[in-house]
Amino acid sequence: MGNVLAFCEFSDGQLRTSALANLAFARQAAKLHGGDVIALLVGAGAAAAGANAAKFAPKVVTVEDSALAHYLAETYAPIVAKLAKDNGATVVSATATAVGKDLMPRVAALLDAGMASDIAKIEAVDTFVRPILAGNAYSTVQVTTPIVVVTPRQSEFDAAAELGSAGAVSAAPAGAVDAKGATFERLDAQKSDRPELADAKVVVSGGRGMKSGENFKVLEELADLLGAAMGASRAATDAGMVPADWQVGQTGKIVAPNLYFAVAISGAIQHLAGMKGSKTIVAINKNKEEPIFQVADYGVVMEWEKAIPELIAEIKKLKASR
Amino acid sequence: MKILVPIKRVPDPTQKAKVKDGHIDLTGASWIVNTFDEYAIETALRLCENGADNTRIQGSEIIVLSIGPEDAAKEIRTCLAMGADRAIHVVAKDLEIDSLTVVKVLQAVVAAEKPDAVVMGKQAVDGDANQVGQMLAGKLEWPQATFAASLELAADKRAMLVGREVDGGVEYKRVALPAVITVDLRIVAAKAVKNGVTPDSHSYPGEGARLPSLKGIMAAKKKPMTTAKLADYGAASPPVITEKSVTLPPPRAAGQFVADIPTLVKKLADEAKVL
Repeated sequence: MGNVLAFCEFSDGQLRTSALANLAFARQAAKLHGGDVIALLVGAGAAAAGANAAKFAPKVVTVEDSALAHYLAETYAPIVAKLAKDNGATVVSATATAVGKDLMPRVAALLDAGMASDIAKIEAVDTFVRPILAGNAYSTVQVTTPIVVVTPRQSEFDAAAELGSAGAVSAAPAGAVDAKGATFERLDAQKSDRPELADAKVVVSGGRGMKSGENFKVLEELADLLGAAMGASRAATDAGMVPADWQVGQTGKIVAPNLYFAVAISGAIQHLAGMKGSKTIVAINKNKEEPIFQVADYGVVMEWEKAIPELIAEIKKLKASR
Repeated sequence: MKILVPIKRVPDPTQKAKVKDGHIDLTGASWIVNTFDEYAIETALRLCENGADNTRIQGSEIIVLSIGPEDAAKEIRTCLAMGADRAIHVVAKDLEIDSLTVVKVLQAVVAAEKPDAVVMGKQAVDGDANQVGQMLAGKLEWPQATFAASLELAADKRAMLVGREVDGGVEYKRVALPAVITVDLRIVAAKAVKNGVTPDSHSYPGEGARLPSLKGIMAAKKKPMTTAKLADYGAASPPVITEKSVTLPPPRAAGQFVADIPTLVKKLADEAKVL
């Protein structure tokens, strides 16, 4: 019997969508462990987001301190580890986001806990299924330490729904904060009004064949028409055509939207690893032999220069007819 | 600078995954240095050399460490041929190792070698776990900079400014040395690493890690490689993570080619019901 401490990211007083996947996992784990879900919010604005978190978890712990203005693994990890012990947690989890992936192994080290990264499923108290080899295989692993650290993969867990009644919120002290010589300098943010890539219902991705960043404009027009997020293959981000955080793939974002457009993308293993969980995949490429067509539900052999403007026009026509 | 670079050999990811007796079948597999680790070697070299005239900075040293079976010596030699100075090969079977085992070994090696930084790949592309760097930093109580896309060594050589790829942009984090750095893909871009010696005007090719030169391959044969066992580092306890079984995902149902865009839109709306 043990509780599940679920580290949750938030912004503007609300849990992030990614955190709801963690809470969905945490509920499953808590059931198996016979304990409660405790949502943990750390950092500037934690107290203000507590009420929102309490809609999703029976117990919420917030930690706010002027020394925690910016996320740093060095300062957050000891807090998470200490609260795991204080709250009798046998599972400590965070969604496998950039923060979750950076933070949780450090937490595991402080707890001498085994860790299951990027899991797709919890099978038993200590047993998890996780993709390996760029998603080309699934490994079932057993972790035998008394506390287990887990990062669930967002695309594999449906967002937790609100509970019937609000949970109890309490504040915990940060204790002595020591950044171990690390300082946050700045964030060069990519501003966008589009949905976040990791939780978009529709994703429009372009690859090397787009040839230049300028050419992505037509894909962005398609994306905006569909309320979609923009993605790209590694070839396109490496070539500097589009921002690095658009990258979909084994080493970029893992996405599983209802509809995924792969435009002028060849379909390297590394890219497929990031999008083959999509419900419907459309591939548009001028070369019929490209491997992307092997995973596509619908393939169109055509140059993007011709296909995309036509696609935009047809979708507009469809929308007008409804 | 003295840099420790832990590397792992991985099955070539272009090979098709096969399962035998509930685990990945690696008979006859070809092996490579994990790509991110290769990038870590490249990063360490860029920190320790003047890229413009190809000379090493005096007093700099790059130590490669790998834990793996005897024939992993081949991949370690590849790193020496790229330009690392010496190597430690901890001979162990893959099944004896998990992240915490690796961390234990690295902790002991760090204590003995006292490097200024541990530079490593952000993840191995076989297990895709992405744990060891952060765990090591936690155990050592060092600062960490994961997913590094750029590095700039401070003038006093006692800190690094690291550009990290995070959700929604690039975060700049300063870490005092010694620190653990895990590198991402773009660390091999033409001007991603600045060491204060290589002139800012210098551009590296920016297409991945350097290939070993013929001269490098010859030199690597004479570079020291010591071997050790897990027990030498107090890391012989059984792993806490064990693989029960491996399955291959079901293949996607066969798709269809559609002749033109109006047909595509019609099918997306009526058949797939996603528009």
